[in-house]
Amino acid sequence: MKHIDEYRDGAAARALAAAIRKLVTRPWTVMEICGGQTHSIVKYGIDQLLPASVTLVHGPGCPVCVTPLELVEKAIEIASRPEVTFCSFGDMLRVPGVSRDLLSVKAAGGDVRIVYSPLDAVKVAAENPRREVVFFAVGFETTAPAVAMAVLQAAHLRLGNFSLLVSHVLVPPAMEAILSSPDNRVQGFLAAGHVCAVMGYEEYGPIAARHRVPIVVTGFEPVDILQGVHLCLRQLEEGRAEVENQYARSVRREGNLAAQRPVREVFRVTPRKWRGVGEIPQSGLGLREAYAAFDAERRFGLADRRSEEPPECISGQILRGVKRPGDCPAFGVRCVPEHPLGAPMVSSEGACAAYYRYRN
Amino acid sequence: MEDATKKDEKDGSGDAGAFSCPSPVQQYDSVLLAHGGGGRLTHQLIEQVFLQAYGNPLTEERHDGAVFELPAGRFAFTTDSYVIRPLFFPGGDIGELAVNGTVNDLAMCGARPLYLSAGFVIEEGLPMDTLRRVAASMQRAASRAGVRLVTGDTKVVDRGKGDGVYINTAGIGQVVAPRRVAPSSVMPGDAIVLSGDIGRHGIAIMAVREGLEFESVIESDCAPVSEPVLALLEAGVEVHCLRDLTRGGLASTLVEIAEATRLRCEIEEEAIPVREDVRGACEILGFDPLYVANEGRFAAFVPGREAGRALDILRRHPVCESAQIVGRVTGGGKDEVGERGGTGAGRAGAVTLRSRIGAMRVVDMISGEQLPRIC
Repeated sequence: MKHIDEYRDGAAARALAAAIRKLVTRPWTVMEICGGQTHSIVKYGIDQLLPASVTLVHGPGCPVCVTPLELVEKAIEIASRPEVTFCSFGDMLRVPGVSRDLLSVKAAGGDVRIVYSPLDAVKVAAENPRREVVFFAVGFETTAPAVAMAVLQAAHLRLGNFSLLVSHVLVPPAMEAILSSPDNRVQGFLAAGHVCAVMGYEEYGPIAARHRVPIVVTGFEPVDILQGVHLCLRQLEEGRAEVENQYARSVRREGNLAAQRPVREVFRVTPRKWRGVGEIPQSGLGLREAYAAFDAERRFGLADRRSEEPPECISGQILRGVKRPGDCPAFGVRCVPEHPLGAPMVSSEGACAAYYRYRN
Repeated sequence: MEDATKKDEKDGSGDAGAFSCPSPVQQYDSVLLAHGGGGRLTHQLIEQVFLQAYGNPLTEERHDGAVFELPAGRFAFTTDSYVIRPLFFPGGDIGELAVNGTVNDLAMCGARPLYLSAGFVIEEGLPMDTLRRVAASMQRAASRAGVRLVTGDTKVVDRGKGDGVYINTAGIGQVVAPRRVAPSSVMPGDAIVLSGDIGRHGIAIMAVREGLEFESVIESDCAPVSEPVLALLEAGVEVHCLRDLTRGGLASTLVEIAEATRLRCEIEEEAIPVREDVRGACEILGFDPLYVANEGRFAAFVPGREAGRALDILRRHPVCESAQIVGRVTGGGKDEVGERGGTGAGRAGAVTLRSRIGAMRVVDMISGEQLPRIC
């Protein structure tokens, strides 16, 4: 496949790994932000090609993993209502709430559907005017434009039976939170290529400068990731802390302006709670007042619900890169994909699920 | 078959002509609950749909079961139920699937398929034409695989209680393999021969079900594999084990074998054939082709020295033209893989994969079904 095969080439990957081994003189810890990158690293065994002194830690860039428990609970409550058709991306269905997940709601007769695009949910709403159609809007900057388009479309069609349960989060504030944490060990970042394809990477300059960390915008294939690691380590070895773009084939400095426009139109930046991490200021998106009619939390009167995480799950530390899945006593024992204690064991992009699937 | 048709025609017109009061409707466009009632409509359904499609001397008796003689020897007996939405998909349909699936299960036992039974659970309201198409497709698949449909059953359930039609088939076949073809025969040093490219069936179904459109239509690989399997056995290839790769895909099959034998299966990612369009669809959906379902693919475990010959024989059959040697079986050993320090990945009874970039990882069974990802 063009634009993929050349970035999965074994010889190119090994050459980069050799260059990294030659370059490194000290131990370094680098975090890849995005769960897609975590998945590639574990799936292809990229970390096995790196010298032992280089540690890759996995960041909070898995939208499923960071969706707070109370929102999962709200989703379950809404989806259980007889008048509701609840639409969601596939991997949210198995995320455990306090006592059950959306798949169990479906099994109990709830109308829960997997959609591939938020616009599909708008279509369902238009075709079923008697149903309350709710879309579970989970994701980073990558999915926000499509969700915004769905809201604009629903407004255009004057759909009174469409609403969103919004749990959108933003990457740069999370990086800021990780770097500001007293137990931080991250010395360099691989920024998420797809997020930057939408948003560009201008916001990363101040973070790199303030915290003295190199940030490399990186793609998702093995050769991309090794190039990203190489660029990041070279900066660390040379004492630089700049923003570089490894993923130039998809990412421009200013990002995709056409995709940013609907996001700004529909959403405003809000504080948001991240599962396992807690509330991060200015780290989420919420519907603007002009589009409040599409807010499912208001429509169903659920705004004030709060839920506590199971105490045994250390997903907060995993998502901040403080611990790795193997450090958790429950990993692979009481927490497995069939009975996950926390979201990182659920999503294909969750660090615990990736380790369980490819390493256990 | 001809007899059955004539009899129906006579029954229908004869009844209508004999009474002066309005005759009951005899020909329905769709299946009624009454078609499962055991009376005339049931009889008509069997005669006009099933026997018309695949009546043969053994069904002529109209008996409660098929009675036949078997040659001396060992026999394989298997059953499987088929539930699929949509009933018709690019590259096949539920009828073809129901025949091929059971034929393939028999082939995996090293057996030549002989006779099949077919049980139908039909949802009230299913168009009669649909049922006819399914039955005709079963007959075509049976002819292609050299097997006969000799007995069957029909039940009708309320509308909304089934996806159109569910089919169960059971089959009996004569074992032609001179040695035991089973996981317990797998040995260290065996080569793992994959009969063709993987993932087509699962992606074809997914594409129709979810309304995904790709540049070209991806067709299911649904096909009988008894012919190439029998060719291997007849050529005297020392076949240790055969497994068809259905739900759960190549990965789950190999994990089952490794767990059952406590041996290790080592596969090479680069050697596993996946068609370009299937790879593209998997990239979009976030699926791993190793776990995607197939309906006309199998893995053969043969001694390493026999692998080349087995591959040559398989590739002569169109259904196996993209066959490849994808790995080998070893005797377990110490932990080589895993998060630095290892997590037990190199244990006996595991499947490991050498990735394109040369690193090793464990291949595990998937938990539940693959769910499309968010971004």
